Amino acid sequence: MADPMRIRAVLVGEKVEAKVLIRHDMETGKRKDSTGALVPPHFIQTLTAKYEDRVVLDTVMGIAVSKDPFISFKFKDGVKGGKLTVTWVDNTGDTRTDTAVIT
Amino acid sequence: MKCISKYIFALLVLHISTYTLAQSSSTDEIAKYRELLADGNPAEFWEVRGEELWKKKITPNNVSLEQCDLGKGSGVVKGAYVELPRYFSDVDKVMDLEQRLIQCRTMIQGLTYEQATAVPHGSAGKPSDIEALVAYITAESKGMKMAVSIKHPKEKDAYELGKKFFYYRAGSHDFACATCHSKDDQRIRLQQLSNLVNKTDAQKTYTTWPAYRVSQGEVRTMQHRIIDCTRQQRFPEPRYASDIVTSLIMFMAKNAEGGVYSAPALKR
Repeated sequence: MADPMRIRAVLVGEKVEAKVLIRHDMETGKRKDSTGALVPPHFIQTLTAKYEDRVVLDTVMGIAVSKDPFISFKFKDGVKGGKLTVTWVDNTGDTRTDTAVIT
Repeated sequence: MKCISKYIFALLVLHISTYTLAQSSSTDEIAKYRELLADGNPAEFWEVRGEELWKKKITPNNVSLEQCDLGKGSGVVKGAYVELPRYFSDVDKVMDLEQRLIQCRTMIQGLTYEQATAVPHGSAGKPSDIEALVAYITAESKGMKMAVSIKHPKEKDAYELGKKFFYYRAGSHDFACATCHSKDDQRIRLQQLSNLVNKTDAQKTYTTWPAYRVSQGEVRTMQHRIIDCTRQQRFPEPRYASDIVTSLIMFMAKNAEGGVYSAPALKR
């Protein structure tokens, strides 16, 4: 079971500024461990952010994204108290969904 | 001839000025990068896990660390770190946070010394309980002022030993900590080196450790930082949680007195 994300969503002017911090090893599959064996790939492939039912961010991610990714984005037409839901799925099928209320 | 030397001199001046310009702009860029990531410090994950570990009852004694006295009474975490290292009368010794944690985990929780010091430095897929606990405990001192005491004779001794170690030149390169860390505006490549005997600089440095290191993807503790420094100095590496490291931490913590604590931070 993956660790929960840290999501912050703040309304600034007309836009909501969202910041998402994810705990994930993002192994490329190309790194070797101390015994010289390849560490199997383990990385997030898709990440989707929804404001209520509307998709505001749809991402395809690969092995070039760092460990413990931090993603920041802005979107319009959000209101205070509205809900932002973020979901990621990795290459092993593991997934995690968390929700934050816009402040 | 005179004309040529003038020309060379002018070139030299030009070279030096672009050089310092490049240096200061890269420092600014690093500052900007830190600012961008300020809300996204992955150390938070370590803090959360550390809090769980602090409150979790574990075998064999089936007690949590909430009975551990970090110097401000049993289970008091808030503000404990800005007063560490300190003298603990129960063991008649000066300890830093990591030594005290080992003490609590062995004496209170009943772990063996080997269990309590297993994985002091985590890696991918092999997380360190110590780094998580340290992240949680230090975060509970955020915004407080460094206030380490050297009143007790043993605390004073630790401070003096740390100071001696700081200026002690040895190793294949005849290095001391002070070789790099006792002058203003020193650097290695583009990495600025802090002057640890200058109060402002010492405060800025000390209050931002431990830190999540982007290059390593882990939270690293003060013990780790010092052990890594000795490695870079070509000293024999001290054992994890040894007294000499605590003494050096004592010296640095005292030099940083009054600085506002703001770790776990984010570093290169």
